[in-house]
Amino acid sequence: MSDRNESWLFEISSKRKWIDLNFKEIWRYRDLLVLFVKRDIVTVYKQTVLGPLWFFIQPLFTSVIFTLIFNKVASIETGIIPAFLFNLSGITAWNYFKVCLNGTAATFKANKGIFGKVYFPRFIVPLSKVISNLVKFGIQMLILAGFYLYYFYTLDEMATPDWNLLLVPAYVIIMAIYGLGLGMIVSTMTTKYRDVSILLGFAMQLLMYLSAVPYPIKALKEKVPEFAWVVDYNPLAHIVEGFRYALFSTDNLQFNWTIFGGIVALGIVLFLLGLVLFNRTEKTFIDTV
Amino acid sequence: MSKVILKAENISKQYRLGLVGLGTIRHDLNRFWHQIRGKEDPYLTIGAVNDRSAKASQDYVWALRDINFEVKQGEILGIIGKNGAGKSTLLKLLSRVTTPTTGVIKSRGRIASLLEVGTGFHPELTGRENIYLNGAILGMTRAEIRKKIDEIIDFSGCEMYIDTPTKRYSSGMTVRLGFAVAAHLEPDILVVDEVLAVGDAEFQKKAIGKMQDISTGEGRTVLFVSHNMGSVQSLCSRGIFLENGSIAYEGDIEDVVGKYLSMGKKNIHQSLAERTDRKGGELFRFTGCTVLDDKGAQVKDLISGNSYTFKLAFQCEKKTPGLRFRVAIYDTKGIIRVICNNEFSSHLLDVKDGTSEHIYCTIPKFPLPNGTYNIRLSCANSSGLIDDIEMAMEFDVVGSNFYGTGKQQKSPEGVLVQHSIEVR
Repeated sequence: MSDRNESWLFEISSKRKWIDLNFKEIWRYRDLLVLFVKRDIVTVYKQTVLGPLWFFIQPLFTSVIFTLIFNKVASIETGIIPAFLFNLSGITAWNYFKVCLNGTAATFKANKGIFGKVYFPRFIVPLSKVISNLVKFGIQMLILAGFYLYYFYTLDEMATPDWNLLLVPAYVIIMAIYGLGLGMIVSTMTTKYRDVSILLGFAMQLLMYLSAVPYPIKALKEKVPEFAWVVDYNPLAHIVEGFRYALFSTDNLQFNWTIFGGIVALGIVLFLLGLVLFNRTEKTFIDTV
Repeated sequence: MSKVILKAENISKQYRLGLVGLGTIRHDLNRFWHQIRGKEDPYLTIGAVNDRSAKASQDYVWALRDINFEVKQGEILGIIGKNGAGKSTLLKLLSRVTTPTTGVIKSRGRIASLLEVGTGFHPELTGRENIYLNGAILGMTRAEIRKKIDEIIDFSGCEMYIDTPTKRYSSGMTVRLGFAVAAHLEPDILVVDEVLAVGDAEFQKKAIGKMQDISTGEGRTVLFVSHNMGSVQSLCSRGIFLENGSIAYEGDIEDVVGKYLSMGKKNIHQSLAERTDRKGGELFRFTGCTVLDDKGAQVKDLISGNSYTFKLAFQCEKKTPGLRFRVAIYDTKGIIRVICNNEFSSHLLDVKDGTSEHIYCTIPKFPLPNGTYNIRLSCANSSGLIDDIEMAMEFDVVGSNFYGTGKQQKSPEGVLVQHSIEVR
């Protein structure tokens, strides 16, 4: 009976560890991760004429409209950064956060067919979303860079990038972590109560306006100081603002290391909390979805 | 003794009946409240037995209750049970799709099941791309798939369309491709659910044949779920019979199948003595008819190829010699399929008066394919019929073990005969 004590490959039970992230297992399924990423990228614009061009069109058009409404009509000042470039950078950053969050939040609902039949580490799915969206984000960063260079060489007075550019990847990771963390929290709720996914749709819309996407935080503080606290306590606003600061390094934008540290710390907390909830949900969600 | 590769300890699974609504929030909150105080889940103590047809009396039901079993390496375990007995729930637990409410399943090997036909196929991807994706979802690595891709394409029979998006496929082709991938999995423990074999008749045969090849060859551990008692009997060595979410019987496959077939037996001979729709007089009356298997246990459903005895009870006023008994088996169309008659097979029989004796009509290798049949009983003496009763009992043939190959005739027509076909 000595084999009784031998280690089992795995155990299935209702007992849960708080965080159950099995990196070895995720590594074993790395091919699946790659294939999911490939699938997400390849299939989005299949059977479209413009194909990957759509990656460009969405942020460009949104930026044009934002520039018209917020800068020309509502005359929000963006300092020495051209309004269009300002909006484009904000929208690019926000979009990445948004797609990460939406993709993660939809994990269980969108994959219930697969999840209901096969086991694989569920965390692969949100991870693949974050990575495949990173590719789209990268493409969008290319046009952002293009416009940046264009303005840099055509305008006399223009923001100049400096070493702060090194913060850009840090902010991208922060956005991914926020998207993952918040998305996992939402995903656990949507499995049982569909109300949450309806809420999420317009909440994200409203949240964008509270997250300093079409304006710098300073401009808001000058115009409506009594409501500035809403944005001040919104970590997402500081992420967008900080991302811009990393790109343009102007004093018009708020950045300090305390805020940066706070954002990182909160991001880690959100991510861990999301992971705990996600681990709890992934085991039995198929019974309630 | 080969080692235990899979072990289930006291696993139970509770489901909530009805809809998700305000009531669920209340229960969730209550459960959460108990949890933070470190108490037991209050809803675990309640819950109805999983009996599909009974009226729902409670909010919770135990789909599985206290299941214990072990599977040894290389063993082929059959899991049988009626619809809703908990087979699928058990499979879901084993394939880690959901966790048991209580209890632990321990495994020493990777489990994969053949029920995930075409899981995760993306309609925009080509057949080849989908093979890779589906294979990876099922747990294969790219290298493994690359090694087998030709074999998979060949098995699917979709070579012409392999670089076409699967959205252009017919539903049958999608299933073929999906099954082809699943059939080339090489897990340590394979779960085969024959109930879900799909596709056209030709492919179904191919699929079932492949399942049986996998199950029988290579000494792999297999959990085999099927409604066909014949293939269960021929493939498995041990079985588990689930009833209302619990293991009703576990053991040698022959016994398990026997228990399954005798389950739910209606009182099939209840009114034979009282029936008046019969010919003949008062001298001789059949009063009962039951089917026994070769161990003498009463069964309701039959498997072709096995030995069965029709046990006929009767009542006779006086000692009567020279009787002819006829047991005729009719199908539902009213066509006679089998006639047993002692006048031709042996000799005329004598009976004593009273009810002490029975007539035993044994068919050593039951020759009818799947279907529902009924029996007409007649008894005649030298002067003619003395009792004749149509539809004396009804029974089903639910599987075939006739040829001992695990395969069975799909058509309900005709009679099975031992034969051989060969090329010389």
